[in-house]
Amino acid sequence: MGLTKSSVGQSILKSKSALHNVYNEEVKTVALAGNPNVGKSTLFNALTGMKQHTGNWAGKTVDNAKGYYKTAENIYALIDIPGTYSLIARSAEEECARNFICFGESDAVVVVCDATCLERNMNLVLQTMEICKNTVVCVNLMDEAERKGISLDLNELQKRLGTKVVGVTAKNKKSLRDFGKVLDSAVKEVGKEYKISYSESIERAISLLEAPIKRIVGDRLSARWLSLRLLSKEEKLMAEASMFLGAEIAEDQEIKKSLQTALFGLSNIGITPDKIRDMVASAVVLEAEKLIKGTVSYKGEERNSFDRKADKIFSGKYTAYPIMLLLLGLVFWITVEGANYPSAALSALFSEIEVFLNRMFRYFGAPEFLRGILVDGAYKVSSWVVAVMLPPMAIFFPFFTLLEDSGYLPRIAYNLDAPFKRCSACGKQALTMSMGFGCNAAGVTGCRIIDSKRERLLAVLTNSFVPCNGKFPALIAIITMFFTLSLTGFYSSAVSALMLLLCVVLAVIMTMLATKMLSKTLLKGVPSAFTLELPPYRKPKILEVFVRSVFDRTLFVLGRALTAAIPAGIILWLAANISVGDTTVLRALSDFLDPFAKLIGLDGVILIAFVLGLPANEIVIPIMVMAYTSGSVLTETASIAELKNIFMANGWNEVTAICVLIFFLFHWPCATTLLTVKKETGSFKWSALAFLIPTVTGILLCALVSLLSKI
Amino acid sequence: MDNIFGMNKMKIGERAIVKKVCTKGEMRRRFCDLGIIEGTEVECVGKSPSGDPTAFLIRGAVMALRSEDSGEVLVFPIDTGVSFGGKFNGSD
Repeated sequence: MGLTKSSVGQSILKSKSALHNVYNEEVKTVALAGNPNVGKSTLFNALTGMKQHTGNWAGKTVDNAKGYYKTAENIYALIDIPGTYSLIARSAEEECARNFICFGESDAVVVVCDATCLERNMNLVLQTMEICKNTVVCVNLMDEAERKGISLDLNELQKRLGTKVVGVTAKNKKSLRDFGKVLDSAVKEVGKEYKISYSESIERAISLLEAPIKRIVGDRLSARWLSLRLLSKEEKLMAEASMFLGAEIAEDQEIKKSLQTALFGLSNIGITPDKIRDMVASAVVLEAEKLIKGTVSYKGEERNSFDRKADKIFSGKYTAYPIMLLLLGLVFWITVEGANYPSAALSALFSEIEVFLNRMFRYFGAPEFLRGILVDGAYKVSSWVVAVMLPPMAIFFPFFTLLEDSGYLPRIAYNLDAPFKRCSACGKQALTMSMGFGCNAAGVTGCRIIDSKRERLLAVLTNSFVPCNGKFPALIAIITMFFTLSLTGFYSSAVSALMLLLCVVLAVIMTMLATKMLSKTLLKGVPSAFTLELPPYRKPKILEVFVRSVFDRTLFVLGRALTAAIPAGIILWLAANISVGDTTVLRALSDFLDPFAKLIGLDGVILIAFVLGLPANEIVIPIMVMAYTSGSVLTETASIAELKNIFMANGWNEVTAICVLIFFLFHWPCATTLLTVKKETGSFKWSALAFLIPTVTGILLCALVSLLSKI
Repeated sequence: MDNIFGMNKMKIGERAIVKKVCTKGEMRRRFCDLGIIEGTEVECVGKSPSGDPTAFLIRGAVMALRSEDSGEVLVFPIDTGVSFGGKFNGSD
């Protein structure tokens, strides 16, 4: 979900000089490249001690992240760039990666490879080595390869490649030290580029171009590499190269003439630029095959049999969907069941602190106004946020992370591709949708993994249809209060989990409907090509996951909620205590909104809570409670049962509860998400739609429910 | 070797060699990145619940492809009988 990640993106390209300031000595820049899902982020975290979010699926890192890594000899600024299969970019993320490798002028590029499928990874290694003289091949996941009976002769590979090759296991400290040594020695000497041998005709064409290009670019970029890009007419890449070099290579008279001669010669034997591209790409694949032959060997044929068996269950015709629901339901049940006790304990604790705080204020003779604004306003809403929201979040986050780390998430995308295709969308939208369960803003950023612009927009606009982590605790609270409070023990939490599951199923259905309607109207088009890697299942480090998600995510999200809760609490207290005429501002506002709110089964206070909850969904329920109790004598933090009484006393019934649930599921995205949509789409129009589409959906559904209830 | 068909027609467990990649442009490049070129061995390892997309083992990695995309890749089956010294005929 990448919430704690600082996105530095392209700006890294320009900020190289700024790196000197962090340490007083020179810092070397090293790019960390690699195919998607080779454990790059895990390695990055292990080396830098940073907490870049990791997950077992392709396309998780969507922006460059930077961290520092100290070895015996040097300090490195490691740049974790998004995973890419090749340097021929298609999507924005791949372009970002490509530009950094080609024009980032780093001191070295480390290509991280997956030891379990080294051959495919060699493709990127070779392409990188063609342009970057200081390439280090870092073969990760050595432990996994060993478990699968794959043996690798890295010394032989190093000899064949003519560059440094080092095997690591991100979790193994010693292997990381070896990596440091190799990196230190790699940046000391200038290596040489790898020469992939192309067919005779192409080699002849290269020889025509190499000399004139070399005259212009010198040693700044490989002339051989540039010749190939010119021959295969990669115009966008050439434009970037020209910008980097500050010279229009393609406009140089001599190069132009040589290129014409070369292309003419090639076309005479039936080789078009398209064909050249093909031949170049095939040559790389075949070169990789050659390199691997003899350096990688397999023991036993059935090395992936566990994954295949697991896939038969997790993606089986009859088992896939039931298991998806079951897993989700189980996670919900554990969340509901587990959150009850800490929630109750926290409320008790907070109400005691409140009593104490009030006594303190009065003891020191603080003005009543100050006490009200701080204790009844800021403190009370904040303590509600922690008591009601923290426990479910602290349980749900780690479970979600477990699903991510195990490799199950890509299977969800695989299973849901067919329905999404029917909505003219991309199966990867299932991935970004799943990320939305964690945080919609992260889900929206994650949409960069979708290559087609149209499909990316579909995913961005519909992302907030799935409830994020901030909404789950609220949904749980309302479900418990109005539908399962009378049940006891197992049934109570089981029914709660089931109802929550229904909410999620409804959310997914609405996501698909909205996607379908958008693709029939504003975003017309046909589904584009789809490739999705299904990584091996990995056993997640359970303890690590729990610690990490509590500290990295839960506390971060909670902090954000609290920064929203404190001002909201103050505003609310002021509104409840400042009078206009014979009524308070709060009452006047809610009376004003009431007629419309009643039409959709809500009331004025609920709507105000949702509006004030724009910065964070976590604060909506606490605000409601506070608004309802602002005039009464009740000042202590109450239990769920007492909460129900407060709501009932203010005219709630089951229909209100259902409408609130629906409106929780479908209303405007939180402020962070909206800002992210604006950033990702760069358009006010799409951001407005991201606001309107779920809001209108929610209003219509609520109106429908309220209407039906009256018949 | 006239037994050539689209990769999307492969059955689970079946192995084949790529004969030709018909698609042009973007998708052709994507296939190339994944190592799908003439002569590449592919194995069909599974299908999603609705039968499409299909998962293929390609150069050590499992990739899911939609049938309209994989249909652009023509393959011929590996005759498993031959590799056992001609003892077995046909494929399983």
